[in-house]
Amino acid sequence: MHVDDPTADGANDPLVNGERIMRICNACRYCEGYCAVFPAMERRLQFTRSDLNYLANLCHDCGECYYACQYSPPHEFNVNVPKSFAEIRARTYRQYAWPAPLAAMFARNGLAVSLVLALMLVLALSAATLVLGKDLVAATPDPAGDFYRFMPHRVMAGVLGGVFLFVALALAMGFIRFWRDMGESLSEFTRPDALRRALGDVLTLKYLDGKGAGCTYPDERRSQARRWFHHLTFYGFALCFAATVVGTIYHYAFGWKAPYGYLSLPVVLGTSGGVGLLIGPAGLLWLKLRSDPQTSDPGQLGMDVAFIALLFATSLSGLALLALRDSSVCGLLLVVHLGVVSALFLTLPYGKAVHGIYRSAALVRCALEKSQPMPDAGLD
Amino acid sequence: MPGALQDCEVLVVGGGNAALCAALSARERGASVTLLESAPKAFRGGNSSHTRNLRCMHDAPTDLLTDAYPEQEYYGDLWRVTGGQTDEALARLTIRDSAACTRWMKAYGVRFQPALGGTLHLGRTNAFFLGGGKALVNEYYAAAQRLGIQVHYDAEVVDLAIDDGAFDHAVVCAGGEKRRIAARALVVASGGFESNLAWLRQAWGPAADNFLIRGTRYNMGKVLKVLIDRDAEKIGDPTQCHAVAIDARAPKFDGGIVTRIDCVSLGIVVNRDGERFYDEGEDFWPKRYAIWGRLVAQQPEQIAYCIIDSRAVGRFMPSVFPPFGADSIEGLASQLNLPAERVIETVRAFNQAVRPGRFDHAVLDDCRTRGLSPEKTHWARAIDAPPYYGYPLRPGITFTYLGVKVNERANVLMKNGSPSNIYAAGEIMAGNILGKGYLAGFGMTIGTVFGRIAGQEAAIHARR
Ligand SMILES: Cc1cc2nc3c(=O)[nH]c(=O)nc-3n(C[C@H](O)[C@H](O)[C@H](O)COP(=O)(O)OP(=O)(O)OC[C@H]3O[C@@H](n4cnc5c(N)ncnc54)[C@H](O)[C@@H]3O)c2cc1C
Ligand code: SF4
Ligand code: SF4
Repeated sequence: MHVDDPTADGANDPLVNGERIMRICNACRYCEGYCAVFPAMERRLQFTRSDLNYLANLCHDCGECYYACQYSPPHEFNVNVPKSFAEIRARTYRQYAWPAPLAAMFARNGLAVSLVLALMLVLALSAATLVLGKDLVAATPDPAGDFYRFMPHRVMAGVLGGVFLFVALALAMGFIRFWRDMGESLSEFTRPDALRRALGDVLTLKYLDGKGAGCTYPDERRSQARRWFHHLTFYGFALCFAATVVGTIYHYAFGWKAPYGYLSLPVVLGTSGGVGLLIGPAGLLWLKLRSDPQTSDPGQLGMDVAFIALLFATSLSGLALLALRDSSVCGLLLVVHLGVVSALFLTLPYGKAVHGIYRSAALVRCALEKSQPMPDAGLD
Repeated sequence: MPGALQDCEVLVVGGGNAALCAALSARERGASVTLLESAPKAFRGGNSSHTRNLRCMHDAPTDLLTDAYPEQEYYGDLWRVTGGQTDEALARLTIRDSAACTRWMKAYGVRFQPALGGTLHLGRTNAFFLGGGKALVNEYYAAAQRLGIQVHYDAEVVDLAIDDGAFDHAVVCAGGEKRRIAARALVVASGGFESNLAWLRQAWGPAADNFLIRGTRYNMGKVLKVLIDRDAEKIGDPTQCHAVAIDARAPKFDGGIVTRIDCVSLGIVVNRDGERFYDEGEDFWPKRYAIWGRLVAQQPEQIAYCIIDSRAVGRFMPSVFPPFGADSIEGLASQLNLPAERVIETVRAFNQAVRPGRFDHAVLDDCRTRGLSPEKTHWARAIDAPPYYGYPLRPGITFTYLGVKVNERANVLMKNGSPSNIYAAGEIMAGNILGKGYLAGFGMTIGTVFGRIAGQEAAIHARR
């Protein structure tokens, strides 16, 4: 896959264009201090398809190397690493997704699919409760806010548990496909030093930090905004997830039944997470809509927005449910929330969310590579 | 062009490192400043946007530089590369002031790499810009905007009104129209004339048509010419330029760093006729890098070909264009359009002349030829491990040396000795200090040091 003329734009294949650009970058290396991508690039003389898939997923899309590039368009070399890598990443999301047909469907129209899915799930759940003879819009509000009068606990747990297991399987398959493509063995993945290093990079979003200065997103001026909104989103999600786990433990281990008090652990976790999950995604969306069109791949906007919208809707419906759990709309809110959560989870393996899996895996691989000495290339 | 051209106290001509340092320094002193850049915004920054580092004196390790690089050693290096063609007072001034450069640069947002991965062994003497010269230039433009400096792109200065050393106004060509802008002091920082193909041809004859220009297409030397015509004292002559051998497939302008070819010392170089013409292993490549532009320029049709075998692969910085490759010398010659028998004979004679030795690219090793003309004195290994690879080479001009003479206040000296309100910084006056040869990172040092001095002095003059 060699492109002889670095000015020839690799027509439609993002990998051809990516190889062309990496060849230019590898002869230049001016950006080597920005992130993990360039040092990883310098370990190579040639860029195979899996090398490019790896480097593209290692890229955090911070934009620095675009604004700093002496060959960015309108220069005839037309170097645009963040955009090229965004296109390659989008391809890898489809390539590694399991099962493949679902990925193809999602890729075409992420936003619409997500919303339709959420709606269908809400309707299906409503229908189910009706079949079970429950009245969703309760005539008399229940001051205790008992959710299970609309839907028995085992139904709720069954639906969500099933969704969760499927999603976990699909994500694991995606990860395995990515890791195989890298040509790494699974045992390498468990090396504690590399894992620890990568985990630190992930949890601090080291490569959006720009050594304290932030990154050039949404535009050329550096800021920490994206990093903080991402933290709110990620840790918000984690807290909500923790709330669910704690609730499950309460239910099964201690026999303590929901609803829990406002100051109970699951509710405190869920509420604080929920707030993060409102502000974070809203901020990310706001940034995204203002982001420099030069550095982004317009084809992915739908997928990105779908994920952000579902995260936001999850949190919004969850918080509403908490606030209004003793009112007459409790049942309605419950099915909406469960529908949205299910849609969010079901689309996880096919949408933007997988960036977390592949980027983390790429960081692990990068840490593994760093523990190897630098190959001789270019050192003479 | 955004905003009308307004008269100002200090007018800066140029849009690269030297111009920006001058504009910011003049503004520090309170002057109203206008900067005119002939390139459009997308190509602003001149050759400075292709750079990667500057050379700094330091007496003890700093956050960016290891060990020490004292004035005496720095000056010794300069003396060696210029063969003594330097103005000692200006050179020492530049070297001493270079110690304070990085601190000043950081204050305007320029960022540096902590320590270099290892592509060049310059971690002691040179500070590397994070993201390279374009990132540096971007920071300076952002600072200029914050501080209220008027910046105009697509604004080429085509004439200067100078009366007996006193600058009155400049004529600017912007948006197809000619306009005047007056100022109390002028800083010229418009680079050399390397983009001016007609001028290069005048100096070099038709050979110049085959030169490639490594940097910007906007350094036409118009201001330099006007100054010389208006009796500024000049320095250097137009035939002097810094040229390296770069890949012949590079674009005519702006190919920058990626077009360099770093494998000459690992192979042999032949001309159009398949003949070798110079000792490829004379010295370490970074030290010989800069003579090969001239060597290739002296060959018929200004072209040459570097030939290596598979043993050299991976031992040099990858270049942007993939090499031509073949399993035989004959096949390679035909790919490169070279006379096959001649190349085969050249390689055969070379291989036969190679003496046994211990190859070590990191030292001046004992692998050499005997009885060849010219000899290859180091790193000579038989070229016999296919596949064979070839890179075509052309002279790539980095910059020209012709400039205007200045004093230690960056003041442009007029032939009749009259005082002037014109100051110069960067490539346009680098010849005062760098009469010939080159030290990696010295161009940006001269531009930064003299840019700061020029800006300051111009502001003082303007506000007097
Ligand atoms: C590929 C390459 C790599 C290099 N790497 C290094 C390095 O790592 N370190 C180093 O120290 N040096 C390096 N150099 C040399 C370095 O680029 C120069 O020494 C330095 O940039 C000179 O700065 P300057 O501001 O004087 O000129 P420039 O940066 O060239 O700026 C000149 C400016 O003037 C403008 N201009 C020209 N004419 C007019 C006019 N009539 N009106 C208005 N504007 C005009 C141009 O558009 C341009 O913006 C490199 C050069 C090249 C080509
Ligand atoms: S992005 Fe541009 S400046 Fe940065 S390494 Fe690549 S080619 Fe060089
Ligand atoms: S966009 Fe940022 S993270 Fe991606 S390669 Fe460029 S500098 Fe690295």
